[in-house]
Amino acid sequence: MYRSHILVCAGTNCHSGKSDKFIEYLDEKLLEHKLNEEVKVVKTGCFGLCAFGPVVVVYPEGIFYQMVDQAGIERIFAEHVLKGRIVDDLVYEESKKHGVIEPFEQTDFFRKQVRVALHNCGVIDPEDINEYIAVDGYQALAKVLTTMTPQQVIDEIKASGLRGRGGAGFPTGLKWSFAAAEPAGKKYICCNADEGDPGAFMDRSVLEGDPHVLIEAMAIAAYAVGADEGYKYVRAEYPLAVQRFQKALDDARAMGFLGENILGTGFSFDMHVKLGAGAFVCGEETALLTSIEGNRGEPRPRPPFPAVKGLFGKPTVLNNVETLANIPRIIMEGADWFAGMGTETSKGTKVFALGGNIVNVGLVEVPMGITLREIVEEIGGGIPSGKKFKAAQTGGPSGGCIPAKLLDTGIDYESLAQVGSMMGSGGLIVMDEDSCMVDIAKFYLDFTVDESCGKCAPCRIGTKQLLEILEKITQGQGVMEDLDTLKTLSTHIMENSLCALGQTAPNPVASTLEYFWDEYVEHVVNKKCPAGMCKDLLTYTILPDKCIGCTICARVCPVNAISGKVKEIHTIDEKCIKCGVCVDKCKFDAIIKV
Amino acid sequence: MKKIANVEELNAMRDKLKDKIGIRHDVPNNIQVVVGMGTCGIAAGAPAVLSAVTKEVGRLNLQNVTVAHKGCQGNCENEPIVEVIIPGKEPVTYVNMNSQKVTKIIGEHVVGGKPVVEYSKYGRIKGFE
Ligand SMILES: Cc1cc2nc3c(=O)[nH]c(=O)nc-3n(C[C@H](O)[C@H](O)[C@H](O)COP(=O)(O)O)c2cc1C
Repeated sequence: MYRSHILVCAGTNCHSGKSDKFIEYLDEKLLEHKLNEEVKVVKTGCFGLCAFGPVVVVYPEGIFYQMVDQAGIERIFAEHVLKGRIVDDLVYEESKKHGVIEPFEQTDFFRKQVRVALHNCGVIDPEDINEYIAVDGYQALAKVLTTMTPQQVIDEIKASGLRGRGGAGFPTGLKWSFAAAEPAGKKYICCNADEGDPGAFMDRSVLEGDPHVLIEAMAIAAYAVGADEGYKYVRAEYPLAVQRFQKALDDARAMGFLGENILGTGFSFDMHVKLGAGAFVCGEETALLTSIEGNRGEPRPRPPFPAVKGLFGKPTVLNNVETLANIPRIIMEGADWFAGMGTETSKGTKVFALGGNIVNVGLVEVPMGITLREIVEEIGGGIPSGKKFKAAQTGGPSGGCIPAKLLDTGIDYESLAQVGSMMGSGGLIVMDEDSCMVDIAKFYLDFTVDESCGKCAPCRIGTKQLLEILEKITQGQGVMEDLDTLKTLSTHIMENSLCALGQTAPNPVASTLEYFWDEYVEHVVNKKCPAGMCKDLLTYTILPDKCIGCTICARVCPVNAISGKVKEIHTIDEKCIKCGVCVDKCKFDAIIKV
Repeated sequence: MKKIANVEELNAMRDKLKDKIGIRHDVPNNIQVVVGMGTCGIAAGAPAVLSAVTKEVGRLNLQNVTVAHKGCQGNCENEPIVEVIIPGKEPVTYVNMNSQKVTKIIGEHVVGGKPVVEYSKYGRIKGFE
């Protein structure tokens, strides 16, 4: 028995913060103090609080240590592990809020979360199959193989109301039933771990933190539809995820959860890992399957849908990582339990990667129906530096910006679509008052122009045109007709593109035009960027009544654009590159951008 | 790694592994056995006592017991000190502990529910005189 567990987060973020070194150090020290049979060091997946990494949690107390460095881990060992004294100043600030140190489960960040897909992330060692088995791992597979018919499995998933978490929100049970209805023969189960949305890392965290859940879920899906072979498509830019998944695969095979005659039931299933080269379009289902086949990742028209004619022309179920991560829990806890969470049309939970101008940058899993305000203000801890909330972007390059007046929108597939955005795969980027909405639209269009595969003209040419107009506007050369052109062009691209990449690419433009029309007009008519982001529309000036001639600005200016003698008023000339360094350094608030 | 041949084997393995992760949850209703590990406690031999508690709890496979440790309680001359906290009951403080005494306390108090009066601080415990 171990009386204490030290959990060290080894997700990509904390990992880059040297958590591997901590594990090495702790193991060495425990051995030295002959505590290696009493205290256990566990390398886990992501806890979600990435902004405060590297993260270390000590049980049984459940003390959450933040931003741990080498000196920190040495103190945690010497004080907490050896003597039971909590190292106060390293404890996660939030858990000290009420005067005493609370277990991290009770902090604002964790309290409103419901962890279904992330159930085991940050709890078990992803590289140890024994830990997965200890938390009822592979029990769901055992249950379906020994007590349920394939039809019962499909009915259970249908009844749970689970919908695809990859973006489109298609009912999972229904998708499975289509593939199951195809005549018996070769069928495939594929898992979409391409995760191309900029800023999204939900799927990576599951792969890194709980890889076995995906193997188990894919085996369950295979049993339900009558498949015997699977593919996991994951981007090569996720080396840690690939490595951990590969280890899980080897272990699962060695213990007989994959291969012939699984658990002595006669059911056989095995799978391959296929690495993608990180093209956004390869996350689209038909392009993904084409890529697995060894061809260039380009989409093809549907129908036929993959459930009928998919990988190598065979019936194929393709599900997203997070969708699959819900499956074993639904089998174990029952469809009613799952359907008890969420809204009328959207059941269960959703994982979001919280990013942008928010205090608790990280990973959260919340019940469907929770409001954006709860996520941003409570779980997310609000906007840093006392700035005001301006908009939240969901759905990545296919989504839209949701303004402050819609913060009380409850999150589900329908409500987000209604406000001109979409659920997408779970990126949630928060923007404060200093963000320019035209610039944001430009950012996403820049991305889609790069990522458009070029197969169809509306997407290839149309997105490029959108981008050029947006660039014109941010450079102060826009005219009012441009705004109309943006609108008609957007509609045209949405209606005529081959796949959902093009069909949704104008969303960032359409939604910002709708909610931030005045900001576009300000750029076009007055040649001003109200947020002060578009450099071409800004000038920096020194206020004569505030400048005391301290010369600091002139000394920090990287291009020598500022001149003036000591104790005389300084001036900025046309060499200025608008980098803003002078504003940051001026102690007298004498420099402003207008 | 050995192949798991059937569901029974899987279940047996799960049950065997369960306590590997048991403490990684909020377990408010667990019985707590807390060992004083301040400098004074350590000097008086608390590490061996803590090890003994851990081993005994493991040996008896007591899933409802959390082994914890804390700092100095200002009672240095009576170290090593062990506190047994059963939810809903008065905590009992044992003094001058050693490994043999630990075995008795775990067996009689933690498992049996009956405090070992003679090891307690004043040789008496409210309600157990
Ligand atoms: C341009 C584009 C990119 C996509 N990228 C992803 C992705 O990275 N991951 C994903 O799961 N689904 C992605 N999808 C959605 C997939 O096409 C598909 O709907 C999904 O994988 C199906 O799984 P689900 O039903 O479990 O959500 C993308 C779609 C489009 C149009």
